[in-house]
Amino acid sequence: MGTYISLIIGCILVNNFVLTQILGICPFLGVSKSTKTALGMGGAVIFVMTIAGLVTACLNQFLLIPFKVTYLSTIVFILVIAGLVQILEILLQVISKPLYEALGIYLPLITTNCAVLGAALLCAKGEFSLLKSTVYCCASAVGFAFALVLFSSLRERLELARPPKALRGLPLTLITAGLLAMAFMGFSGLGN
Amino acid sequence: MNTFLVIFAIIAGVGLLIGLAIAIISRCFSTPLDPLANDLLALLPGANCGGCGYPGCAGYAAALAAKKAKPGACAAQKPEALEAMSKRLGTAVEARDPRVAVVMCSGDDLHATRQAFYNGINNCRDAMLVAGGAKTCTYGCLGLGACARACPFGAIEINEHHIAVVHKELCRGCGKCVQTCPKKLIRLVPKSAPIHVHCSNPLKGAVKLKACKAACIGCGKCVKTAPENLRMDSGVSLAKINYANPPAEEVSAVCPTHALRK
Repeated sequence: MGTYISLIIGCILVNNFVLTQILGICPFLGVSKSTKTALGMGGAVIFVMTIAGLVTACLNQFLLIPFKVTYLSTIVFILVIAGLVQILEILLQVISKPLYEALGIYLPLITTNCAVLGAALLCAKGEFSLLKSTVYCCASAVGFAFALVLFSSLRERLELARPPKALRGLPLTLITAGLLAMAFMGFSGLGN
Repeated sequence: MNTFLVIFAIIAGVGLLIGLAIAIISRCFSTPLDPLANDLLALLPGANCGGCGYPGCAGYAAALAAKKAKPGACAAQKPEALEAMSKRLGTAVEARDPRVAVVMCSGDDLHATRQAFYNGINNCRDAMLVAGGAKTCTYGCLGLGACARACPFGAIEINEHHIAVVHKELCRGCGKCVQTCPKKLIRLVPKSAPIHVHCSNPLKGAVKLKACKAACIGCGKCVKTAPENLRMDSGVSLAKINYANPPAEEVSAVCPTHALRK
């Protein structure tokens, strides 16, 4: 139990996917203009990444490792994640229309979110068990959502500021992202 | 050989399984398309310009079918298609004032001077980064065609003297070019207005005339001729057309620089 708690805290704060491992940067910069869209994207990523983590761990454990073809993990995982997102989209439309509409365009966009593939590959590389992989992916996705929401609220504040003309827009966004990443480095001494 | 077979089997098998799963699930669970939205979509131009404020023609058709939008928001739709759409929805046909885009600049190569030779990326937005472009007049059309490429209807042409010209008969008034122009020179105006002030430079007349022989020098002749239809704000040497009551075509004859023209 204790190992899982330290794993979760480690994934959210210490080894945050966006700010420490530099994965999933495009949605981090792309959909962080408002907290509302950041929450939508964060929710969708948590949803997809947890399920993708479980499915890819199953594939790795029962297909790739027994046949000694673990080098196929990248291509198989891409295939599986892309298909999974499609299936989830169709199912979600039927099961929960409000959730589907809330996630909107972010759900299909996750297909190309490298954080999802990155988490699956890291699980395979670390030879995690099924439960550990699922917890790891879920916690990493929570960390991603956490960083996204933090960053979007910073950007919302920056909208009101009057920075020098040369810094307006993307330059300031990148500088803010760098500062936030530096702040997260303060956690690096915590646990493993 | 054996390894190759295993690899082939795994990738093909996983792909096949996922494909089958998607096919079965979409068969069993997919929600059928709204037939009304489908019919309405066929009546829209399909350029997906976004001028109506919805994400593409399909988005607008869905909003129409859900009674969240009214017909007539599509600037690019032909009148007969609008009529058919109103009939399908059971609403009255609303008359709309068609609008066209006009490039408010006359500074082509024959009239405007250049402050430098620009030899960079062939796009107005990139040229703008280099000291505001090659034209001496910083409010002038760069003539590199960002608007022409943005136009979904091919209505904008960069003519042989390197200035953007809108072909009124092709323009459907979607407003894509308005957002694209880095100099903010393009305006959507009522199609019925016969003449426009083809200059956007608010500086003093003498300063403008040095950079461009076709600038509006702010002499005020047109304002005196048709005070109801044109005005000039204090401190800005630029005549403005009152588009609620546009001037007649004859007024353009008084303009010494021909900035006021068709």
